[in-house]
Amino acid sequence: MDAILGGFIWILDASNWEGRDGIATRLMEHVGFSATAVLAALAIALPVGLWIGHTGRLAFLAVNLANLGRAIPSYAVMAMIFPISLSYARDFGLGVIPTFLAMAVLAIPPVIVNAYTGIREVDRDMVEAGRGVGMREREILTRLELPIALPVIVGGIRTATVQVIATATLGAFFGTGGLGRYLADGIARRDFDRVWAGVILVAALAVTTELVLAYVQRRLTSPGLAKAERPIAGASAT
Amino acid sequence: MIRWDWIVDHLDDIAFRTGQHLWLAAIAVVVGFVVSFGLALVIRRLPRLYSPITGVSGVLYTIPSIALFTALVPITGLSILTAEVPLVLYTLLIYVRNIVAGFQSVPAEVLEAADGMGFTPGRRLLEIEIPLAIPLMVSAIRIASVSTIGLVMILALLGDNLAALGFFIRDGISTFFPTKVYVGAVLSVALAFAADAMFVAIERAITPWTRARAARAVA
Amino acid sequence: MPYGSTTMPDQPPRASTVEFEHVTKVYATTARGTPGAVNDLSLHVPAGKICVLVGPSGCGKTTSLKMVNRLIEPTSGRILLDGVDAATRNVTELRRGIGYVIQQVGLFPHQTIGENVTTVPRLLGWPKARRRERAEELLQLVGLEPATYRDRYPSQLSGGERQRVGVARALAADPPVMLMDEPFGAVDPIVRERLQNEFLRLQEELAKTILFVTHDIDEAIKMGDLVAVMQGGGKLAQFGAPAEILANPASEFVARFVGADRGLKRLSLSRVADLELQSVVTARPGDDSAAARERTLADPFRYLLLVDAENRPIGWVDQDDFPTSGVLTEELASPMSPLLNRRATLKDALSQLLDADVQAGIVVDRAGGVLGLVTVEMVAERMRETTGESRFIDELLDPDDGLQRAGATA
Repeated sequence: MDAILGGFIWILDASNWEGRDGIATRLMEHVGFSATAVLAALAIALPVGLWIGHTGRLAFLAVNLANLGRAIPSYAVMAMIFPISLSYARDFGLGVIPTFLAMAVLAIPPVIVNAYTGIREVDRDMVEAGRGVGMREREILTRLELPIALPVIVGGIRTATVQVIATATLGAFFGTGGLGRYLADGIARRDFDRVWAGVILVAALAVTTELVLAYVQRRLTSPGLAKAERPIAGASAT
Repeated sequence: MIRWDWIVDHLDDIAFRTGQHLWLAAIAVVVGFVVSFGLALVIRRLPRLYSPITGVSGVLYTIPSIALFTALVPITGLSILTAEVPLVLYTLLIYVRNIVAGFQSVPAEVLEAADGMGFTPGRRLLEIEIPLAIPLMVSAIRIASVSTIGLVMILALLGDNLAALGFFIRDGISTFFPTKVYVGAVLSVALAFAADAMFVAIERAITPWTRARAARAVA
Repeated sequence: MPYGSTTMPDQPPRASTVEFEHVTKVYATTARGTPGAVNDLSLHVPAGKICVLVGPSGCGKTTSLKMVNRLIEPTSGRILLDGVDAATRNVTELRRGIGYVIQQVGLFPHQTIGENVTTVPRLLGWPKARRRERAEELLQLVGLEPATYRDRYPSQLSGGERQRVGVARALAADPPVMLMDEPFGAVDPIVRERLQNEFLRLQEELAKTILFVTHDIDEAIKMGDLVAVMQGGGKLAQFGAPAEILANPASEFVARFVGADRGLKRLSLSRVADLELQSVVTARPGDDSAAARERTLADPFRYLLLVDAENRPIGWVDQDDFPTSGVLTEELASPMSPLLNRRATLKDALSQLLDADVQAGIVVDRAGGVLGLVTVEMVAERMRETTGESRFIDELLDPDDGLQRAGATA
């Protein structure tokens, strides 16, 4: 129990906020790393998911991705990428490339699946009506489907982001930066105050992100729709 | 690239770690189910508790597992408790949501008919509600199993005695020995898929009434 | 001794009386000043009779029904079964002795039809062999072939079949009282009518006391020995035999609920067999034409009915169309009116006559032989006899309305 208290005290100590290993730095590393991975994943996954949803083609891909995403543990993904990148990663620090790749790989399925499902759930008759009125495909996508599917899509982004934050934490054990360092270093040195400081900070970051995105998701649901959130790509906790 | 000779030489190590992996996962899956079933029964009696309970388990689910594992190290050392407590907590969200959904999936008219015919509340729960909730419960066990198998991997970062298949990955990385990494990774994924398939089969086996979809006669 | 535990099918069926004594149900959430769900309901149902509770939605009919097996408890008042207050009995025992059929049936999806049907016997602890026997009997009773249906699951049955299973299940322990809440509401009209008729036939055998809830006044009139019309606020508007309710509605509400066409509805209470059929002149092909014409002219009705050797109708011959000499042939006959059977209700008969746009329908027996005629005036006359209501009849006989048309050849 002293470790927990020690953790809080450690965080409140101003000196621990400065420097290369300070809270400020680590936090920014973690957030930056995660954000980059999420954006990279979105850049690929969003267009693909929206396209699959809108046209309905390659739907089997979306469905199977859901299952795959659930079954493959992130650690395993990282591990499998590791040996491949061993040769290339020396200058960035051993762990960055595989961790980054793992994060992106794990973030893609939930985004695709949710983008697909979100669009699919838009009333097909309404879409037909839109076509009948003369709207072009792109207009249908942006004006009709997207606004309705937005909450579900954001739900996918939310799942992906939480995944990524968790994977980034793991990455610290492979030599990247971020808040996970406190966990890794703390265990190695048996500095339990540091461990708990890390636990508190990581938990705080993860929960805050989740709550913020949940709020965004709720705000984006137009009042006319009452869609419950779905754990569609129920990503394994990491 | 893969050193098959190493694999052949170390089959018993691999077997041991696989067994350890299954054992650690199984404990959490079973304990988690028992705890969650109890919670679900409580929620069935007091529906107001659904939001708080799923809220708390939801928050727990968000926290990266490595954080929960390392958090327990100062308290419970490197014992099996350190492994199992977080693993069980992570299953709660999956279980509670699905078991409650299972109970709610029983059609209202079935419950009304049962009450009207003279079922006592206890018999109704045992003979009607639980059997009909089984498909969703088995589904929950399936998801929880796959998820837990993945999480057990992370234990390797804490130390070697509870490492299970994660041991091969961590060791393989620190000794630059890709074969070990692949063994660990591939086997863990295989285990997850196998568990998934097994529960799908179980689900199908114990619910004959969902399979009976012969052509219906006209009135 | 708990009900339903020792009955064997060959003993005379027992039925209880059901009595509502000033039963009221008010919910805690009801705003003060608004009427409760059920208000001071009192009525007596004799043993072996079907009492239908009918009324618009929200009138408290289902609530009243559910107070009998205590799925809902009355706020005040008593419900007596064979003179015993239901509230004093053990609720589980009580329910196992009352058959309960609801609209969506509520069959247990995870059990076979056989298991579903013998649910109450199982709860009562009947031995396995006896349960199997009973399942066979019950399925036969409701018209489902046991060998085919016993091992199927509810999802494999159609809506009508499931309803039958629901009724069978309610009858399993031979309860002296049955509660039925819109049991035939969820099927299409054709199936519904068949189920209603079969159920009435079953009731002729079993003579149980039945409380039946429906919102359909036509169903109430058809099924009920006694009808209790309820109105909003859970009050009893009128209680009596269907003929009474139709003939003498006790209030504006009842008159409106029964419908402005209650005269027509009363027609469904009488059958063609209740009428004295009008005789008709008949002849066979090959009979002498002149003689036949003589007979036809002597009869007020201007047509002769040509029949075959088994007295089955072939067609009408107008009195002006007879050849002056020679024999009658089939070609002389014109297309026929509807054929009616004696069991048809007057409402159906009138409906067929109007549809065919004729004045007279031919009543035939089961073999198809002619028995006589039914005319629109006969039906109207019958109406006048039973009610003295002249406006309906006048409308019916209004010459301007064109109902008095000649037969098909006009």
